[in-house]
Amino acid sequence: MGEKMTAKTRLARSAIMRPSWPRIGVAFGLALALQACSEPAPGALAHDPFEAGNRRVHTLNKEVDTAVLRPVALTYDAITPAPADIMVGNFSSNLSLPGQVVNRLLQFDIPEALKLTTRFAVNSTFGIGGLFDPASDLKLTQERSTDFGETLHIWGAKEGAYVELPLLGPSTTRDTVGRVVDIFLDPVGAVAPRDITRLKTGGFVLDRIGDRADYDAQIEEILYHSPDSYISLRNAYLQQRRAALAKDRSEIIDLEDPYAITEIPSE
Amino acid sequence: MPSQKSQANNPAAFTRRGLLAGAAAYAVAFTASPAFAAMSSRDAVNHVSRLVDDIFKVINGNANEARRLRAFEALLLQYADVDIMARSALGAAARQASAAEMRAYTAAFSGYISRKYGRQFSEFIGGEIIVGKASEAQRGYVVESTARLKGRQPMEVLWQISDASGAVKIFNLYVEGISLLTTEREEIGLLLDQSGGKIGTLTERLLRL
Repeated sequence: MGEKMTAKTRLARSAIMRPSWPRIGVAFGLALALQACSEPAPGALAHDPFEAGNRRVHTLNKEVDTAVLRPVALTYDAITPAPADIMVGNFSSNLSLPGQVVNRLLQFDIPEALKLTTRFAVNSTFGIGGLFDPASDLKLTQERSTDFGETLHIWGAKEGAYVELPLLGPSTTRDTVGRVVDIFLDPVGAVAPRDITRLKTGGFVLDRIGDRADYDAQIEEILYHSPDSYISLRNAYLQQRRAALAKDRSEIIDLEDPYAITEIPSE
Repeated sequence: MPSQKSQANNPAAFTRRGLLAGAAAYAVAFTASPAFAAMSSRDAVNHVSRLVDDIFKVINGNANEARRLRAFEALLLQYADVDIMARSALGAAARQASAAEMRAYTAAFSGYISRKYGRQFSEFIGGEIIVGKASEAQRGYVVESTARLKGRQPMEVLWQISDASGAVKIFNLYVEGISLLTTEREEIGLLLDQSGGKIGTLTERLLRL
């Protein structure tokens, strides 16, 4: 999931965007400002002060899914052989590695940064430009990907408010700032020739289409079978994102004790 | 829990003596249940392993979808504490419901859960779930497992197990950090609102979902 999210930011990439530290500073300042004005209500799963606007975006996203993404994804899935689909995923994920290395360094996770660097080197060369994944056979596996949203989390930034972004889907104010910063932080964008970044964007779009097909049953359940698809998507996203960023498993476990009611005699 | 309801329905129970007797009954019930030995981490892991085996027997069998979903419901009733899950999902509204309403709602809830999650099991064909270790957690243990499905990143599935009901049962699960109970508390809450707060209407809606 995180992998796609990092890669997803590449959609927003445009030729005018080039990395620059002052801009990163501005984005970071924006993150702190956004965070200052949003404190979640205690006990509530989501902090959602922008619900009205988010719901309008959700309606748009759902229409896009029904009219375009779902039919395209199911057709793509039907005509694409599984090995090709896997190669698209490998390619897209490989080109997201340099940006992830930068984030791991910013998170002071040197061992992971070194591992990802080696992984990138192995897959870009022996894996023929990242189409194959020989690094995983060498135990240079990656459990999950990272992004600047996680870096902000490690630096102590709070999650902020829930946001649903047009086309990109669910996020939070912290993770939205993270997406923007990731565009500037990405070494691929800074040094690679234009053709590579175009390929990267193309690979990312295809990968997303493949994912829409792979996770069809879950997405259908949330978007088309739930009592309120906006709420279901919001709850699923926030729980999953928090679990991905959690340091250990005890943070994931539900604090509500369903057995408590069996011990308190009702009045 | 049933005794709570009968107390609430019987005005004579609202005496200090009645409450004390009730408390004593609870004390007996809770000290008596470990008589058949407290659950070990091994029991928790075995419970999940057996369930996973049974789920895959259904998935890899050749029953049609309707029969498969009914088989999943039978497994849910066998391995999970559906009463406590249904009650927890309903939240505060459970306290206002009559015993008959709770029975009807709980039955509808088990069908709803089995269909909702069972529909997604079709993707498990050709996949596997590897059950890992158990660690102590609230009310019992959390058992780790990894679902490996074709063409997908491995997913982490956690099972929360307790014997607080008197038997070893699953009472919650987490797929990639998404808690079934947290999710259903929200979903059932929404459905209840949409049903004008009436449990009977909610129950009928669940039967159709």
